[in-house]
Amino acid sequence: MTENISQNSKGKWFKNISVGWFLAKKQIKGSNKSTTILIIFIMMLTFLNLVVVSGILVGLIEGGQLADKRQYSGNVLITTLVGNSDVTHTNEIESTLRKMNGVSDVSVRYIASGQIEGNYKTRRDFNEVQDIAGAQITGLSLSDEESITGISAQVKEGGFLNQNESGYIIIGKNLLRRYSEGFGDVFASLEGTYPGDEVKVTVGNNTKTFIVKGILVSKVGQVSTRAFITKEDFLKLVDKSNLNGNEISVKIDPKSKLLDEQIKANLINAGFSADGKIQTSAEAVPDFLNQIKIAFSLLGNVIGLIGIVVASITIFIVIFINAVTRRKYIGIMKGIGIREQAIEISYIIQSIFYALIGGALGVFIVYVLLIPLFNAYPLDFPFSDGILVAPVNETAFKFFLLMFVTLIAGYIPARNIVKKNTLDSILGR
Amino acid sequence: MKENIIKIKNLTKTYKTKEIETRVLKDITLNVNQGEFVAIMGKSGAGKSTLMYQIGLLDHPTSGEIILNGLNTENMTTEERTEMRLSELGYVFQDYALIPELTAVENVMIPLLMKGLSILDAEKVSEDILNRIGLENRTENKPSALSGGEQQRVSIARAIAHNPKILFADEPTANLDTASGQSVIELFQELHKAGQTIIMVTHEEEYAKYCNRIVYLEDGKIVREVIQ
Repeated sequence: MTENISQNSKGKWFKNISVGWFLAKKQIKGSNKSTTILIIFIMMLTFLNLVVVSGILVGLIEGGQLADKRQYSGNVLITTLVGNSDVTHTNEIESTLRKMNGVSDVSVRYIASGQIEGNYKTRRDFNEVQDIAGAQITGLSLSDEESITGISAQVKEGGFLNQNESGYIIIGKNLLRRYSEGFGDVFASLEGTYPGDEVKVTVGNNTKTFIVKGILVSKVGQVSTRAFITKEDFLKLVDKSNLNGNEISVKIDPKSKLLDEQIKANLINAGFSADGKIQTSAEAVPDFLNQIKIAFSLLGNVIGLIGIVVASITIFIVIFINAVTRRKYIGIMKGIGIREQAIEISYIIQSIFYALIGGALGVFIVYVLLIPLFNAYPLDFPFSDGILVAPVNETAFKFFLLMFVTLIAGYIPARNIVKKNTLDSILGR
Repeated sequence: MKENIIKIKNLTKTYKTKEIETRVLKDITLNVNQGEFVAIMGKSGAGKSTLMYQIGLLDHPTSGEIILNGLNTENMTTEERTEMRLSELGYVFQDYALIPELTAVENVMIPLLMKGLSILDAEKVSEDILNRIGLENRTENKPSALSGGEQQRVSIARAIAHNPKILFADEPTANLDTASGQSVIELFQELHKAGQTIIMVTHEEEYAKYCNRIVYLEDGKIVREVIQ
């Protein structure tokens, strides 16, 4: 008996959906084309508002994080522990990493704090303030660094260093006044230094002159505030009692399934945790950036939700007007035995149709047009190249959220009209 | 002896507003046999349509009893009343009441789909009915492309498509010219001959003469019955 009732009820719902679908299809087909296009356009804009606003806000930070990973940290970054002067056992760590399956490149960086003085040859008045900028002088193994960060591509003025040459330096843009004016007096920066100029580099008690080979332009702060020389020049300039580096950047082969976390775990298991600070690229990102990312994401979602409210009101009004103007026909359908649920379903299907088409167009625009466009032409922000971030799972959630909200917005007015007295509806009372 | 397919006992209907209480139907008792063609006649405001709406389960009476096909409708839920309208009753309205965005055949299909027929089956049944009533060339036309008489025929096709036990018609010829009105009445007569029970509200004597019985209403009461 219970089974019969259940089957009966299933049958009823199947009929309701079937009739609702039939009516909705005919109503959509018979509706004004311009109005339909307008509603779909509104739904598409709502979806874009929901996905793109938060996507761009988050993308500003994520673009920075991505650049940080590509141009600085690699997948894993090992830095000098507080209290130590370098990463101890650098050789052993490098050797372990190079043997690790999935690790494609390792770059050991040698870093020392120093000063760069420009225009010292033209300084005639000794009362004049010296043209000095504090910088992290970084010695590189050029081929290793190139394979991890592609550093040569970031040199926008002049050229990059050559392993066979000595006495050349690459200066990060934030060390130059013409690039860092926007930062005010945050950096003491060099005036009018260009490729070909000679600069004095002082580390501790040692001073050496270098010819500026190129200017490195990067939005990654860690890179643009440094000056780069070859490892060999660095060891000539800096008094070092060993060959330990100060930073080790590790890159995973993109084809490998190895994870950043696994490299970190392997190094810790190999007993290197006391030799340096081992961080994945995500951990190496300053915490304030993650906080900004969360705040931007929240802000984007709030703006998107306002859009959803507007869209749901739009759908509510559209369905309400549609149902009110068709109240007589709704009454007639009820009069000839069409169940209320079937009529309500027809309106719900109409609402979902608008949201589905609008949302699908939105998905197309986001993934086929906007993301490739932002990747090709990132938004130029001082601290990052802003990209559009739209993870598929989040986009899918927002898509279904739009569907759900639209469904409710379509159901409420339809229910209000459908539940009115049948005869009153037929007679227009 | 034929069964009573409609039994009405002491039926009253009162409309109330804040100031006025209007008794539109007063203690109506009426039985209709299966296969009868009954005309309900009377002047405007006599309560003809109101009576039909109560019997046709489109409205709730204030008091009294309505038994349709052996089922007492008094305590039926809204869903049960809808179910009964779908399975047992058919309606033809004065203004045709066709759904404007649906074609003739689609209008006829709706109750069949609600009864569970597939789209293909519903379409076939609907086309057969429209063919039978002479609209074979108008099946794909929307109501706006049909004449008044054709629209009313589609409305009749929709009302009979699901083989209702009782067919209600509320002034079906009122908006039609003489020729169209005549053809609609002839269609009712054919259905009646095939055994269909029909309750028709009309104020036109020339059409009432086709019925078995004429029930005259005046001021909410049955004042006379004429069996023809």
